[in-house]
Order: sequence, then structure tokens, then C-alpha cells
Amino acid sequence: MFEFLKRLFTRTPPPTQPLAPESLATAQLSTAPLSFRTVGASALQVAHAQSVGRVRDHNEDSLLAITCSFEGVNRIPSFGLYIVTDGMGGHNMGEKASSVAARSIAHDIVKNIYFSLLSENNDGDDRPPLQEIMVNAMVGANQSVTKAVGEGGTTGTVAMVFNDQLIIGHVGDSRAYIIASSGLEQLTRDHSLVRRLQELGQITEAEAAVHPQRNVLYRAIGQGDGLEVDTQTLQLSPGMKVLLCSDGLWGLVGDSQMLDIINSSSTLQIACDRLVEAANIAGGPDNITAILIEYNL
Amino acid sequence: MTNFNTRQITKNLPATTGLKAGSTLQGRYLIVGVLGIGGMGAVYEARDLHFPNVTKLVALKEMINMAPDPQLRQIIIKTFEREANLLATLNHPAIPKIYDLFNEVDRSYLVMERINGKDLETMLNETKGFLQEETVIDWSIQLCDVLTYLHSHKPEPIVFRDMKPSNVMLDSHGIRLIDFGIAKGFQAGQKGTMIGTEGYSPPEQYRGEASPPGDIYALGATLHHLLTKKDPRLEAPFSFTERPLRKLNPAISTEFESIINKSLSYNPHDRFLSTDSMKQALVASKTKSAQPAAAATPALPPPPLPITTPVKREGGTTTMIKHTAPKADEAGKVSPLWVFKCEDEIRNQPLPVGKKIYVGVYDNNLYALTRDEGKFIWKFAAAGGFAASPVSDGTSIYIGSEDSKFYAINTESGKPSWTYQTNGSIRCTARVASQGVIFVGSDDAHLHALSTQGGKLIWRFEAQGPIRSRPAILEKEGRTVFGCESGEVYCVDFSGTVKWRFKSKRAITSSPAVTETLVIVGGVDANVYGLEANSGWAVWRQRTQKSIVSSPVLTEKAAIIGSADNHVYAFDIRSGRVLWRYETGDQVASNPVVAKSGVYFGSVDGHIYCLDVTNGKLRWKFKTDGPVISSPSVLDDVVYVGSADHNLYALPA
Repeated sequence: MFEFLKRLFTRTPPPTQPLAPESLATAQLSTAPLSFRTVGASALQVAHAQSVGRVRDHNEDSLLAITCSFEGVNRIPSFGLYIVTDGMGGHNMGEKASSVAARSIAHDIVKNIYFSLLSENNDGDDRPPLQEIMVNAMVGANQSVTKAVGEGGTTGTVAMVFNDQLIIGHVGDSRAYIIASSGLEQLTRDHSLVRRLQELGQITEAEAAVHPQRNVLYRAIGQGDGLEVDTQTLQLSPGMKVLLCSDGLWGLVGDSQMLDIINSSSTLQIACDRLVEAANIAGGPDNITAILIEYNL
Repeated sequence: MTNFNTRQITKNLPATTGLKAGSTLQGRYLIVGVLGIGGMGAVYEARDLHFPNVTKLVALKEMINMAPDPQLRQIIIKTFEREANLLATLNHPAIPKIYDLFNEVDRSYLVMERINGKDLETMLNETKGFLQEETVIDWSIQLCDVLTYLHSHKPEPIVFRDMKPSNVMLDSHGIRLIDFGIAKGFQAGQKGTMIGTEGYSPPEQYRGEASPPGDIYALGATLHHLLTKKDPRLEAPFSFTERPLRKLNPAISTEFESIINKSLSYNPHDRFLSTDSMKQALVASKTKSAQPAAAATPALPPPPLPITTPVKREGGTTTMIKHTAPKADEAGKVSPLWVFKCEDEIRNQPLPVGKKIYVGVYDNNLYALTRDEGKFIWKFAAAGGFAASPVSDGTSIYIGSEDSKFYAINTESGKPSWTYQTNGSIRCTARVASQGVIFVGSDDAHLHALSTQGGKLIWRFEAQGPIRSRPAILEKEGRTVFGCESGEVYCVDFSGTVKWRFKSKRAITSSPAVTETLVIVGGVDANVYGLEANSGWAVWRQRTQKSIVSSPVLTEKAAIIGSADNHVYAFDIRSGRVLWRYETGDQVASNPVVAKSGVYFGSVDGHIYCLDVTNGKLRWKFKTDGPVISSPSVLDDVVYVGSADHNLYALPA
């Protein structure tokens, strides 16, 4: 009886060892074909994971994931919005900046796109292009962060899915990758000093990885007016995956290891957990965030 | 000394606690105020109390020693003292005097001449428009002088390391250089900090190299900023070549531009060998820009245009000539294979099929000619001119006319097999859908779906305005997409039900081009749109300078389209980014076509152009005697295109 009460009222301490991937898996999904052809399966499967890392005492990363499906008469395009932000600046400024930016971007995009799709008189008037909505949302976040956080700044890597169009908005050194049968490809360009030096052939990738100024950004959200946002649009095909992550992941885990983990994991969630774990095993000096999205028609 | 690099974002910002006004250091320097705050500490204005009867003001530069290790702190202090001592021995009017240096707890101080003036960044910000070239040249000559003085210091050259507008002051003596990079020891190893100022520093400085060529680069960056007002700290590092000086400030002389470009070379060896040789170049450019008339070189005359063989007329209206020397393609010159003369303007796209070519003309005639020689076969006369282009399904030729009728014409006899009456002029080129159905728009504001067997109406779709845009087919969904003069793009399924509607502010005369998932179309509102094919929601839009009636042609990567702003543009299909553009002498209303890795189109300037599709470089152009609104067709390495000079040309592609 006492043992029972003790269990009820005592908080179990969190496990000190990283979880083995197996212990995270739920029952294996059956891969047997279904007897009837079904429609209406979500076009987007999503998983995410985050860790403060092993050195920092607080988390300056934010992640946000929204997936919308609608099936029925007058089908609404499938829509997804995924955001990774990595804040910087002392005195908790970083965590505030990353949180304010993610919320501000999501608010703008959902309002301008999904509310419009849901409205009854859903016609083509006064709809800005998706890419412009993306840029405006990130510029809006720039103002929100400048106003709310002052000295802080944040990266922002945003993936929006609209039917099979993938629109990426990007500022800073968080990254978006696409994983297709051909392998893993980095979509975004880091707005960091070392990446620029690398692009100009001044330093090698190995030098960049240990460069003392590798965390200096030349572009970030919340650092004054005139934010320039990188955007690009790609077409998704069935089976493609998109990975969004902060430098706490990609700075520690190489492309080939990330690809191995993603390809060898039975579910997206296991893949995310193992990615974050790999960064922690490599030292976990920074906060780690990963979002994995899989597109299927 | 007020402006410091705040754009550099670091994850650890040093906390600084400043000195209050009224406090005294070393019993000698009474703090009066703060001149500026930097990454390593503040710069104060102080009064030197050793001169009790006069107010002698000095500048007190403070450097906070942030090294955690006491041994390292000592090394930093020693380095600082050694370099400060060196500076104190310098004697140049542009270098402020060093009076004293001392240490207090974790801080080191440098006592310097207080300069009464403004720094160049402040001056730039206060200047409306651009600074005068002559003024900037004068400053740069003075800057070269002082750098030459520093660089020729013996035994070792002194490198300034941090040239930027805010480190150059202007007072009654002229240029004064402030904030020497002697404090670098205080920053080394600090996470997220760097020596020099991002945006101005040369690439090699990031490898830890500080040398005279680096000062030349930073001087070039400083001049670039002063002349363009584009702050390099707000741009990607080392991206000056992406912001050509004269593009941002055309008033700059080419000489001055090339001096700055040379100094901004990535490779230190490509810059000036010394600040002295840079000065010589500046002095020379100054004398040149003083005589502007002589400096201007007259533009080269355009290369001679190819001469076309005069058209020999053989009586009647439908005469042709045969040109026996085809493919005269040396040095980009093109001669026609044959020319066919009609009685009015050709405004549409000729249709080459098999051994024939069909062309509708504003003289009310649709002509059938032989494709190899341009010989007349037959003509069909309507009651109105042809603005639309003919299309074929293999058995008949279909075309609408200004007379409101839509004709199916037998390819052998040239006689109509059926006609269909609409209630308005037909300027829309028809589209054969796969299942024996043909779509055509009319100025009667309807899209008509007709059976190709007999021309029976299957359904009509009512739009808001005239339809002149050619319907495109989305095969996968079984839908058609077309523009409307009232500004809509409609997507209608094969039963005539609207699936989506996109609205722009002006007419959509341009005909959409489609991929599996995108619809690309131009608008009279000057935009090109990339619409998501399932919903009609724009993924992107790109603005040109003037209206667009030209229709896009798609390659794997690009959508290529003409604009009334005289350009042909290639946009990235996915994102709308401009890949290249080419300027002609007048509006481009013609629809570009792509063949043999070339893009072909006409311009109102009278030329037919062939560009390289990958980069927009001119391959050849051919002059006609009238505006070319007609769109070319390319088949078997021959370009067929009409002109307002009444001719149909066959040119080697």
C-alpha cells in the first residue's frame, strides 16, 4: 500500500541515460496492404524533437508545427507550416526572440492563408502570392522581435507546404534539408560569416567547423530594419522528406549520419529522437531542434 | 567615435559598466562625458587636470580586459602597451596624438588627442543624395597618404586593420584616422567577436592575416559605402561585386569605379601594390574627371544589319521569292530562306504542319504555303482579319476571325468544313483538347467548347469579359486554364464547371503555360504570375516595368516572356526569380518560342531575335521593315515569323 502511494505522489526522476531508440518505439505498424482502397490520408506526416543539450542550462530554440487536412466537397488544399527558430543574445533574450518570431510568423501565415481557405466566399480576390506572404510574415516577425525583445535576435527557417508546393523562408543559420531518393540536400544557405568565407574559397569546410567566429551571423531576425529574406519554392513528390533543424544538430551531426539515421528509422518520430540523441552524444554543446516532414499524395 | 558595429550578432555580449561623469582617473583625467560605446569599452571625453588654467580636453579610450586567465591578461596588457608605445612615436597630421596610457584593475586606457569634427559615417548619413565624387577622391587621396605613412614604417609596417567611415574623422586639418586596431588582444578568443569590422574587412583578415593589402581592401569598401550609401555591414560579406558602383550611383566616373573595384579584389595580389600606387591612380582619375567631355568615348556604331534580298513581285497579291543562298550564318548574320508578301500585317503565329505552313493575315486571308519554298497553295478569305493563330488536329485547320466566326478548314481544299458563329470578334487562338473537343474564347465573353466533328456547341462558359487568352490544358485533372480581359484567370473542368478563379487588377491577354502543378501567365498589370494549378493561389509574382500581353514559353527551369518594357525575361518557374533578361529596342508582344537551345521572338523594334536560352545572350537578330508582333514557329531548324511589313519570313534557326 505504501509503495503504491509513494508511486502516486512521488515524481519519478527523469532518466539520466539517453533513451535507447528501441524504448521510444511504439508497436510496429503493420505494412500489410489494406483490403480496401482508402482516400483522405493526410498528405503530411510530421514528427519533431528538441533537447536543451548537455552544456546549456536553458533552451533558446523554438519549434512550431501545424498540419491541416480537409477532405470533402470542395476540397481545401493540404497545408502545413513548420518553423525552427534559434535565438541569441544574453539575459534570456534569445529564448524570447525565438519564441516571439515563431509565433508571429505562424500567426501571419495562418491568418493570410488558412483563414482565407476556410472562409465561405473563398474566391481569388486579394490573395497575395504565397512567397510574398512568407516574406511579409518574416519581415513582420523582425518588427515583433525588435519591439518585444530589443537586443535579442533569432534565426528563422520556415517550411510551408501548400498542396505539393514547398515554400521555404530563411534567415540565419538554422537549416532546411530535403531528403529524396537521391540523398540529402541542403536547401538553405547559412547567413553566417564562415559560410560566406567558405563560399568564397577562403576557408575549407573543416576550417569552418572549428572557426572561432562560426556563430557570427550577418543576417538575423530582430536586428534592425530592412531584413532580407531568402525564399524558394520546390515541388514535392511522394516520399520526399523535409528536415528543419537548428545548428545544435547540423553542427554536430554530419550530413551522411543524418541521412543514415533518417533512412534507417522505422518512423519519423524515431528518426527525430535519434537525430537529437546523436547531437547529444557528440557533446550537445548547444540546444538541438529537429522537425521531419514527409509528403505523400 | 560614435559608431560601432552593432550588426554583428553574437551569442555572448560583454557586459560593460561605464564611468560616471565627474569621476577622475589617475588623479588627472576628469570624465566629462561619453563619446561612444564599443565592443571593448567606452570612449570618454575627459579634461586633463594637469592644465588647471585652461580646459584641455582629451579622448580616453577604455579597453576592458575580459580574459579569464591572469597570465593571459598580462600578455594582453603587455601587447597593448607595446603597440600603444609604437603609436605614440608616430608623427603624421592625420594621426591623432597619443599622450598617455595607463591600467586600472581590469581596464587599460589610452589618452589621445580629442578631435573636434565629424566622422564620415555621420557625414554620409546627413548628406541628402550622394556625396560629390571630387570630395570623396580628395578624402581617399589623404587616406592613401596616411596609410602609406603607416605601411612604410620601419622595421615593420603598421597595419591600420579597421578602415571604415566611422573611423575616419574630418576636422579643420582634414582627414583624421581614429581607433587604431591596437586593441586586438582584448578581443582575440572572445566567442563571437572579430577584429576589424565585418563588411569592410578583407577576406584574408578572417584567417588572421593583417597586412597592408588588407587596409587597401577596407579603404575600397569604405569608398564603396561612401559613394553608394549601401552599408556593407547590412549586406552579405564580400558581396561588393554584386552591387556595381555605377549601377547604384551612375554619376561616378568609370575611372574612379575601376580604382575602387581593383582595391576590392578578393585576392590581395590583384589589388594595388601599395597605397601609394592607389594614390597615383586617384590623382590621375581626378584630372580626368575634371575634363568630362574628353573622357566620354562615343558609343560604337551598331554592327551593320544583314541585308535582305529585295522581294521580287510576280504580279497579284500572293507573290513569293526564293532565296538561293540560305544559311548565311557567319558572324551572327542571318538571311531568309524565303519571304512571302501578303497585303496586310501578320499579327499572329504561323503554323507549320507537314509540308505546309498556314498563316492568318489581317488582309482577311488565311494562306497555305509550301514550307520548303514558301509557294502559294491556297487561301481562304473570311469577312474579317485574322488576329488569332491557326491550330491543327491533323485533319483540319481551326481559326477564328474578327468577323466573329470560327472556321474549320480542310487542309487540302482550303474550304471550310464547318463554321461556328459567336457574338464577338475572335482574337483567341483555339486549343484542341484531346477528345475531339476544341476550346475557343471570344470577345462575347464566353469560352466555347465545340465538337471538332461538325462544330456543334457542347457547352459555353460565361466569363466576366472578352477571352483573348489561349486556353491551356491541365492533362492530369482534365481542366483548361485561360485568361480574361476583365482580369481573371479561370480554371474550368471539361464539363464547363469552374474549379477556381484568380483575379488580377488588369486584363489577362497572355495565354497561360502550364506544368503539372503550376500555371504561368503574364498580366497587363505588368506582373508575371506563377499560380498553383490545383487552387489558383499565386505562389509567386514578378513585376516587370510595363504591361504584358506576350505569352510565356516554358523550359525545364524557366518561364520566358516578353514585356512592353522592351525586355524578354526568363524567370525561374518555381520561385519567379529573374534568371536573365534581354533588352530590345521596343515592346515585346510576341510569344517567345524555344527550339535548339535558342529562344526566338519578335520585337516592335522590327527585329526577330534569337537568344541563347540558358543565359539570354544574343545569337542573332534579323531586321524586318515593320514591328514584329507575330510569334515565331520553329520546325526542322527553320524559323517562320510574320511582320507588320506584310512579310512572312522563313529564317534558318
